[in-house]
Amino acid sequence: MNGRERLERFLGTDPADIGCEEAMEVLHVYVDLVAAGQDAAGAYPGVAAHLAVCGPCGADFEGLLAAVTQA
Amino acid sequence: MSVRDPVSVEWIAALTGAAAERAQGEARLHEMLVRVALGELRRRRATAPWLAGVELDDVAHQAAADAMLAILRKLDSFRGESRFTTWAYKFVILEVSAKLGRHYWRVHPQVSLEAESWERLPDRIGVDPGEHAERADLVRAVRHAVDETLTAHQRRVFSAVVLDAVPLDAVVERYGTNRNAIYKALFDARRKIRAYLVAAGYLEREGRGGR
Repeated sequence: MNGRERLERFLGTDPADIGCEEAMEVLHVYVDLVAAGQDAAGAYPGVAAHLAVCGPCGADFEGLLAAVTQA
Repeated sequence: MSVRDPVSVEWIAALTGAAAERAQGEARLHEMLVRVALGELRRRRATAPWLAGVELDDVAHQAAADAMLAILRKLDSFRGESRFTTWAYKFVILEVSAKLGRHYWRVHPQVSLEAESWERLPDRIGVDPGEHAERADLVRAVRHAVDETLTAHQRRVFSAVVLDAVPLDAVVERYGTNRNAIYKALFDARRKIRAYLVAAGYLEREGRGGR
């Protein structure tokens, strides 16, 4: 990957990204679907798009998934 | 409220039942929240290495206590879209994030949101100006885009999160706002910088656009 491609990646914004507030609103539902092996990203594409790029919300997702699968 | 799975039904019954049953349910829930908070804080050690020992325990108990209050306050809003425990754990996970954001400033009081460490820009955007003269030109163009297109708020957020690598939740805490507002400022900053670089001929117009 050259410098321009890295910059493109850094500046990339996904129109499907619904933002932190809406993603966190349904995070518990999304996590239960993931934990059950269902297509959470298909059911909530905007949440999936957000979690892929938002570090803090991605960490919350990973944490909640760990909590429900290790409980 | 339409709760179907039997375990969630039991939880709701315990937390809304007679005083003795409710006290027992709350004690059980609190114990679970503390365990989840401790597990989450340990899991995040890589991103918050400054938190350990007694302080880690304190933060876990604070997060569990605050999550407990929020859960009991919002119990009526649980609609059974997920398991009750997943819904409840979300509160404590979000509390852990918020508390880590707050704790960051106790450990890093010297970090300034006004620092604007521009020398870190090439590294942060993944463009090494030493590679080629064209790369140095690209870095300068990003800097111009920041100067010419971002609002003062977007610039401060960009500088803190991108240049100084301040955790986003710590920026949220410092500005007394919410995560969505800071994320949106960063999202808009990226979009504006990209639009500037496209207009100036540095990047192609195609690609993922705005929100």
